[in-house]
Amino acid sequence: MVLKQWLLSGLLASTCLVSIAAAGPIENYSPVTTERLKNPEPGNWMHYRRTYDGQGYSTLDQINTSNVKNLVPVWTFSTGVVEGHQAPPIINNGVMFVSTPEGQVIALNAKTGDEYWRYKRQLPEDLFQLHPTNRGVGLWEDKLYLATTDDHLVALDAKTGKVVWDTKVQDYKKGQYLTLMPLVVDGKVIVGGSGGEFGIRGYIVAYDANTGKELWRTFTIPGPGEPGHDTWSGDDWKTGGAPAWMTGTYDVDARTVYWGTGNAAPWPGETHPGDNLYSTSVLALDPDSGKMKSYFQYHQNDSWDWDEVDAPMLIDLQRDGRTIKSLIHPGRNAIFWVLERKPEGIKYVAGWPFVYTNVWKSIDANGKPIADPAHKPGVGKRVEFCPSLWGGKDWPSAAYSQKTGLVYVPANENFCGGFTGEKLPLVPGKLWLGTKPEDIGLTPRPGATHFGELQAWDPATGKKVWSHNFPKSQLFGSVTATAGDLIFVGGTNDRMFRAFHAKTGELLWEQKTNSGIVGMPIAYEVDGTQYIAVQSGWGVDAQRIQDALVGKVPGLENNVPQGGVVWVFAVKK
Amino acid sequence: MCKSDQATTSITRTDAELVTAMCQDPTRRALILTALATGACLASVRPSIAQEDLPGSNERPQKGDVLVFAEGDRAGEVIKPQDLQTGGPPVRAWPRDPKTSVVRKGSRLNEILVVKLEPAELDEETRSRAAGGVVAYSAICVHTGCPVTAWVKAAGGDKDVFKCVCHNSEFDPRQSAQVVFGPAPRRLPALPLATDAGPLTVAAAFIGKVGAQQSR
Repeated sequence: MVLKQWLLSGLLASTCLVSIAAAGPIENYSPVTTERLKNPEPGNWMHYRRTYDGQGYSTLDQINTSNVKNLVPVWTFSTGVVEGHQAPPIINNGVMFVSTPEGQVIALNAKTGDEYWRYKRQLPEDLFQLHPTNRGVGLWEDKLYLATTDDHLVALDAKTGKVVWDTKVQDYKKGQYLTLMPLVVDGKVIVGGSGGEFGIRGYIVAYDANTGKELWRTFTIPGPGEPGHDTWSGDDWKTGGAPAWMTGTYDVDARTVYWGTGNAAPWPGETHPGDNLYSTSVLALDPDSGKMKSYFQYHQNDSWDWDEVDAPMLIDLQRDGRTIKSLIHPGRNAIFWVLERKPEGIKYVAGWPFVYTNVWKSIDANGKPIADPAHKPGVGKRVEFCPSLWGGKDWPSAAYSQKTGLVYVPANENFCGGFTGEKLPLVPGKLWLGTKPEDIGLTPRPGATHFGELQAWDPATGKKVWSHNFPKSQLFGSVTATAGDLIFVGGTNDRMFRAFHAKTGELLWEQKTNSGIVGMPIAYEVDGTQYIAVQSGWGVDAQRIQDALVGKVPGLENNVPQGGVVWVFAVKK
Repeated sequence: MCKSDQATTSITRTDAELVTAMCQDPTRRALILTALATGACLASVRPSIAQEDLPGSNERPQKGDVLVFAEGDRAGEVIKPQDLQTGGPPVRAWPRDPKTSVVRKGSRLNEILVVKLEPAELDEETRSRAAGGVVAYSAICVHTGCPVTAWVKAAGGDKDVFKCVCHNSEFDPRQSAQVVFGPAPRRLPALPLATDAGPLTVAAAFIGKVGAQQSR
């Protein structure tokens, strides 16, 4: 027997191998157009938050509160790399593009998990990655766009993974790097730079999607003669930070891009006196020219490393008896912001703390928060403040459900931080924090009952409708809402991926995964079946918080293994 | 604070007796060779660039190189064992070609941590590379290439160890810079030293590949 059987099985095996090896160029790839980006099909996830408005909401409802208990994994795929897997899998008509740390993009069959192609950037050997991650690829026509930690923007052929063009944005050796998913608007690929800890001057820049040619560049710190320049002293503007390391949102009707900006540099405000425009702000930009139409600064003279880079959600809000074209931003500075997009610019509507803070005493009528000097880091003294450097909500995104009208926030409660500010010269080649890294603290508040808190807020009333507390974990992952009245989120150190009832907060389903989830869940559909996908791969700041808590919180999970896996779920039939 | 929207949480001013925090964390620190923010700043780049372009400045440390201080008041001066305090803290160093006097700081991968320890504390392998208790390692973390900058009590012990504050990896210089905490996948490359009562010199090339390696 045996020989024949062996030969047969060998033949079968080689057939399988051939089919895997034969996976390659994607047939019948659907070109991505302006119209499709404006109105993405319900089954697709082509933007960072699925739609330009940044709501993180899927209209799919095949998976819903009644059947989510039957959600099971249908395929998984190991990415082969460690560190923080933060990107949403991007879906275009049955094709999934997954980006990972180390500048890798994997194209997969979204239904079967079979690989089409894989691109892996060869990173320079002397690159130092403070934030070894990537948050997704942008799509346009038959190309996709990857922003890299060695500060390049790369266009790949979506069908083959071959490089179409590769443009150097700035120099990684100067502390410039990119981690965000590019925003694509009308054939322009828009990115913003990281580097707020290196004394950079932040910027947002647009490239021609077809050629990689730079079209415009808007600095987030105004130069001499520009409005707002007088909010800086001396030459501080040259090195004042205000990085722009998250994808913007886009108001299609008003043709306005909204982009968040990060911390002023170095951290202690005393080292850069003034309001420091346009750090810790949202900017309204014309996508054709990069010209700034308006701005709102969430707090002045940042001293806490509170990047406000997570772009605001665009929501038509019924409030105070009228429809407000709002911008909603649960801030790293612990304030839940409701702003209004008006023809004359961005206006403050309301703001309230969504976690405990001892930093803000009040907010004035124009939306300027008033800091308590006792909790504002300065030079030569140790100052403690709540929340911690990671804020009430860091970069992971909140979501908005069009069905419930609620905003779902991955918040962190009961964390405080502190450091001793130092005035240090910027030494080329060194990070520039304005404190010793070893001095930075993360401390649970005495008597804290929990840390991570998934919150549901009614932005119309400012009322917290429900919350789910995590007694032994931070919550460090983006939230996605679906029309099935489900809220999906990972973000905890027990490696769980969870679904909650959007109306009540009831935990309806959970699945333990390979690692912790810092990635963004998505919903998509292929051939009439709805799927939920997420990358599990712990790292970067979720890991830093974890390391900082070990020994301070009894019973804290201290083993969160790293290594990325794409998980795809569907309802068991 | 904000009145109309005041919700279930409120801002109160309490002195939350915060324990002075020891942790490390979000942070970062770095050492790349040149870091300037923008094109606008280029005019102020220091003239050290020229030095970094000299022949040999990019080459890894070689047998016979002397070590010089990388920073501080004595930056550029040759390091002797007696310049170092037993038990640390470590000093940061560059290798210097003794023939051409070129300091090999053209690549950040050449930066070195030098620390003097009690010889009795060193394991056999480490002792074989040490010069009078002085050991040297690459200053570049093998995890994601950050500079290893801190000298702190180990997360799991009493002794001071090297720590990379980017992602919290810790390395014990007494045991060939073995990883004792954090995500680093392997030891820091060791740089064998020699001394003949004079300056410290490099006895052999780095043992192991310097810097981070891609997964595949």
